Amino acid sequence: MKIDHKKEPIIRISKRVGIQFWKSWLIRLAAIALSLCVCALLIFALSGLNPIKVFGTMAKGVFGTQRKLMNWVRDTSVLLCIAVGLAPAFKMRFWNIGAEGQMLVGGIAAAACMIHLGNLGMPNVVLLLIMASASIIAGGVWGVIPAISKAYLNTNETLFTLMMNYIAMQFLLFFTPIWEHPAGSNKVGIINSVTKVGWLSEDQKLATPLIMLFIVLIVTVLMFAYLKYSKQGYEIAVVGESQRTAKYAAINVKNVVVRSMTISGAICGLAGFLSVAGADHTISEDTAGGRGFIAIIVAWLAKFNTFVMILIAALIVFLDKGAIALASEYSNYNLTNDVADIITGIILFFILGSEFFINYKIKFHLGKGKEEIA
Amino acid sequence: MKKLLAILLVLCMVMAFAACTKTTDPVPEDPANPEEPVAGADIKIGVILVGDENEGYTYAHIEGIKKAAADLGIKDDQINWKYVIPETSVCYDTAVELAEMGCNIIFSNSFGHQSFMVQAAEEYPEIIFCPATGDTANVCGLANVVNLFPHTYESRYVSGIVAGMKLKELMDNGTVTDPLVGYVGAFPYAEVVSGYTAFYLGIKSIVPEAYMEVQFTSSWFDLNKESEAAKALMARGCVIIGQHADSTGAPSAVEAALANGTIAYSVGYNIDMLNVAPNAALTSAQNNWSKLYYDILKAFINGEEVKHDWSGGYDEDAVMISALGASCAAGTQEAVDAAIAGIKDGTLHVFDTNTFTVGGEAVTTRVFDFSTMNADYSAVQYVGEQIECITDGYFHESEFRSAPYFDLAIDGITKLN
Repeated sequence: MKIDHKKEPIIRISKRVGIQFWKSWLIRLAAIALSLCVCALLIFALSGLNPIKVFGTMAKGVFGTQRKLMNWVRDTSVLLCIAVGLAPAFKMRFWNIGAEGQMLVGGIAAAACMIHLGNLGMPNVVLLLIMASASIIAGGVWGVIPAISKAYLNTNETLFTLMMNYIAMQFLLFFTPIWEHPAGSNKVGIINSVTKVGWLSEDQKLATPLIMLFIVLIVTVLMFAYLKYSKQGYEIAVVGESQRTAKYAAINVKNVVVRSMTISGAICGLAGFLSVAGADHTISEDTAGGRGFIAIIVAWLAKFNTFVMILIAALIVFLDKGAIALASEYSNYNLTNDVADIITGIILFFILGSEFFINYKIKFHLGKGKEEIA
Repeated sequence: MKKLLAILLVLCMVMAFAACTKTTDPVPEDPANPEEPVAGADIKIGVILVGDENEGYTYAHIEGIKKAAADLGIKDDQINWKYVIPETSVCYDTAVELAEMGCNIIFSNSFGHQSFMVQAAEEYPEIIFCPATGDTANVCGLANVVNLFPHTYESRYVSGIVAGMKLKELMDNGTVTDPLVGYVGAFPYAEVVSGYTAFYLGIKSIVPEAYMEVQFTSSWFDLNKESEAAKALMARGCVIIGQHADSTGAPSAVEAALANGTIAYSVGYNIDMLNVAPNAALTSAQNNWSKLYYDILKAFINGEEVKHDWSGGYDEDAVMISALGASCAAGTQEAVDAAIAGIKDGTLHVFDTNTFTVGGEAVTTRVFDFSTMNADYSAVQYVGEQIECITDGYFHESEFRSAPYFDLAIDGITKLN
């Protein structure tokens, strides 16, 4: 029997019904490998350097010393914390792109406690607990406002949460001159740099990153259990699949939305606390620094599985730090920070792109009877 | 509720853990001597810059470090440049990164970098940290923190003389009757106060009846705000626009106004403004950062003591003004040369107490407290000395600390905001 292939499209895309676990990860790994090849070409074209050596520099730049390793742990913890915070919102198909703002108000609350309660002589543990609570509450409030509006007025949560980011930023700009230190810098500066009150630990090299990781891992485990095994977690999943189904099953959708967004905002607020008390000891526009958005990628790539988020967050922070290390090592070879950003972009593009090949099958029809499946 | 309680308990435990690690004394660093000599071949320099070469203030620093390094035979690959580093924890991370890369001396160029540099300095006592324009090296108690700031007030005074000559010419030929000077300032901070006061005193030495208004932009670098401030000042009748902000906003605005018939001239800062304001720019007050960088690096390489504060003025060629513009009045060069000669031989003092008054009275004393305050300004952070700054008939600026501390509100200058 002869089939007329000319009428067939050259490329045919069809949805994959199911894909084995190993196969999806194979595709992801292939994407990473492919992205590294493209990066290698780019590096060679720009600098003439041996790409393998450059990748080695990248790894050395992130894990080369204990301090670097710990900075990686520290930044991974914060990114992971935000991503975990986003999980309940996104799983419920509530597009919370306001993690940036929720984290920032959390940070502002922590900084406020640090500055204004730092001289009262209370034990550091008590102050830290107050700071953490203030951050969680501030983040929760920032999260619940768009949720209430969504639940009762059916506003668009994407726009609302985004706008809340700008309001948080304006809050920061409002407080910056009040907390300016030293005078004339127009920045908050390091808070309690001598007394170190309100710092998670005085030891930036080891204790701080490990405490941060510990706290975030607890949150990660709790969130995993909450989403997978609790009744509320199940409600989130149902609301995310179909609100009508949820209503039919007598789930109070409004309650679920408000409750989940409070949790989501609160955890993002906690990330703000970790950033201010742990990593930064200051508050600035870099406290969130776009991580509220990067965390969305982490949450999505992990398909809201908080354990997978650990891997993805670690990878993204590695790429970011590696790119910076690369830029500082080879700044005399045309590899500037901008090139480093391009490299990160390429790798992320491939990882995100690989999801397409996991979800869809592509058939090529090349000439007579030849079929290749990618 | 049970779950919530459990979460809270866990949180408490974590915090307790945090507190425990706080109370345990950190392992002391090896008692490395910060002054340990490093041969020129081994020196690795880290540079943290708030902008890049497109921004005048940072450009001056880049050129300064490059020249100093070249003069000392330090190769390009011994310098690690970090551009556009904000004055946030990013600065601390960058300083740590440079330290981990093996840099043994690290510079930063913006005032706001300082607290982050000091934090890094605490952790890396064997590395010298030099936050330029900073003010705590002498009081923070760390041997490895170094501040540098040239006597910019001297070049501002001389640029004031250039402006004064122009103002005098305009008044002599009847073009201008009201000797009002405008000044675009960044923040009402001592560095700016010192700068505009010196500028005003320079003008006043030529045109005694001159008076000045200052408009603040609340930003060190903002083209639009500086342009708007210059326009506002010109609308008030200012015929000279000085500036202590880093962009070309003000000179450009003055150039445009001049082209449209407004009588106004600009005195810039950091970079030669003749490119953006060929007719309106008279000169710019400049710092020759390479001199201070050279001195610090040389002392460091030679294993000499790297003192806390590095400063210098015309006598050390650490400050200068840019080439005079075509619009400058006749005789300006001579007046400038005379002033520079006076500053160099010590017969002319910029802040001579005979040349200004505060509240109508001559000032004979100003005890400055060099302490710095804590985060909420409720207590002293670093204890500094209290020093009488006015002796021998003049205010001793940048002698007890490199960063300016002249903060008297002298008569003839009005702050508009």
